[in-house]
Amino acid sequence: MMMLNTINFNKGQPKAIRPPFIEMSLGGPVLALAVQNLVSPPVLFFGMGLGASLGRSDLSVPEAIARFLSLYLLISIGFRGGAEVAHQGLTLTLVATIAAGIALSGGLPFLAYAFLRNVAGLDHINAAAVAGHYGSISAVTFVAMTGALTQLALPFDGYMIAVAAAMETPAIFSALFIARTGRDRAEGEMPKDFLREIALNGSIVALLGAFAVGCITGERGMTSLKPFLLDAFAGFLCIFLLDMGLIAGRGLRDGWKSLSVPVAAFAWVMPLVGAALAAALAWLIGLRAGSTAVLMTLGASASYIAVPAAMRLALPAANPAIALTLSLGLTFPFNLTVGIPLYIAAAQMIAE
Amino acid sequence: MQMFAKKRVEILIERALLKRLTDELVSAGVSGFSVVPLAAGRGQAGQWDSDGQIGDAAGMFALWCIVDPGRLDGLLEAVFAIVSRQVGLVSVSDVEVVRPERF
Repeated sequence: MMMLNTINFNKGQPKAIRPPFIEMSLGGPVLALAVQNLVSPPVLFFGMGLGASLGRSDLSVPEAIARFLSLYLLISIGFRGGAEVAHQGLTLTLVATIAAGIALSGGLPFLAYAFLRNVAGLDHINAAAVAGHYGSISAVTFVAMTGALTQLALPFDGYMIAVAAAMETPAIFSALFIARTGRDRAEGEMPKDFLREIALNGSIVALLGAFAVGCITGERGMTSLKPFLLDAFAGFLCIFLLDMGLIAGRGLRDGWKSLSVPVAAFAWVMPLVGAALAAALAWLIGLRAGSTAVLMTLGASASYIAVPAAMRLALPAANPAIALTLSLGLTFPFNLTVGIPLYIAAAQMIAE
Repeated sequence: MQMFAKKRVEILIERALLKRLTDELVSAGVSGFSVVPLAAGRGQAGQWDSDGQIGDAAGMFALWCIVDPGRLDGLLEAVFAIVSRQVGLVSVSDVEVVRPERF
């Protein structure tokens, strides 16, 4: 029961009815929300996929359907964000939040690289590639957070989807910069078409395109698409997460050999670092609790769709299994189960 | 029927690189090629499967083209500039065709 059930999921509800445990001290609500989060269908379907894959079941989602589901989710969240911005209009806070998002996406890879090189002892080129994944964002983690917020009736701003889109790519360029300038200088490729390949990456075009359509059509468009983009969303998300679980399990099964303990630990430390920095920026901007929690989630999550493809083009010497096992196999489940309740509790304390 | 000797180049390549490769083939003057998606396989990095994959980082394609032996070296150099450090395979075999003017 994580999903959005109403159109105006964040329309001004300053004194929304909150479940009583939210008002309690930190330990209680975090635990209650964590348990609630763990037994929601999307998380359980993810666990089911993970278990099936680790147990070597032949359960699988056909590639074409998996790609459709990913497209559907991007279009749905893009459209809803756009419709919400059409409702609220542009504000200075929006611009400041997008700037904060870009700074996070561009800056986090440097911290991630420093940790991976100096603490985890990963080699230069793989550290640069992994760092790029951790600056960028995971759209599905974003969706899970917005679902949890809706369930708690904690309002957040619709433009956060634009912030998410803006955070997809800066990390890619930071990773390339690191790869090209590090002590053990490795060549990062930046051929003439690379900028276009990154900027017009399919997932970004789908997200921003749907955002634009949502902005233009507003509430009227939302009413006409509600049965498809909103009511059916939770079901599609469950199948998508089942697939993610299957892929994560496959990655863990084959990829654990290329991971050392400190590198694996990075996958659980880095989300906390990213979330803490995002929280500081959200506090400076003065975001409300819901939006603070979303920005923290964006800072904490790691990409497993857009950045891996970009790294194959730009840093082919990096081993894709390392980054994907870390971001999808370890960080994504961490954020889904532990991270989301933690970020919500922290955001409520910060924004008060 | 008279047959003419040509070279058949087969390239297995990652999804992310496919467009760069086909662009390069076109600019190298290759008159035609065919591309098919691969379902699963095994290589140096272990077993892989296209099922359930969502990003452009996963997935492999096979590309075939038939060229005149005189153009083979130039073509392979152009191809190698793209695939040398990527996952994949390049192989060349002798084939015979009926209509040589097409290649």
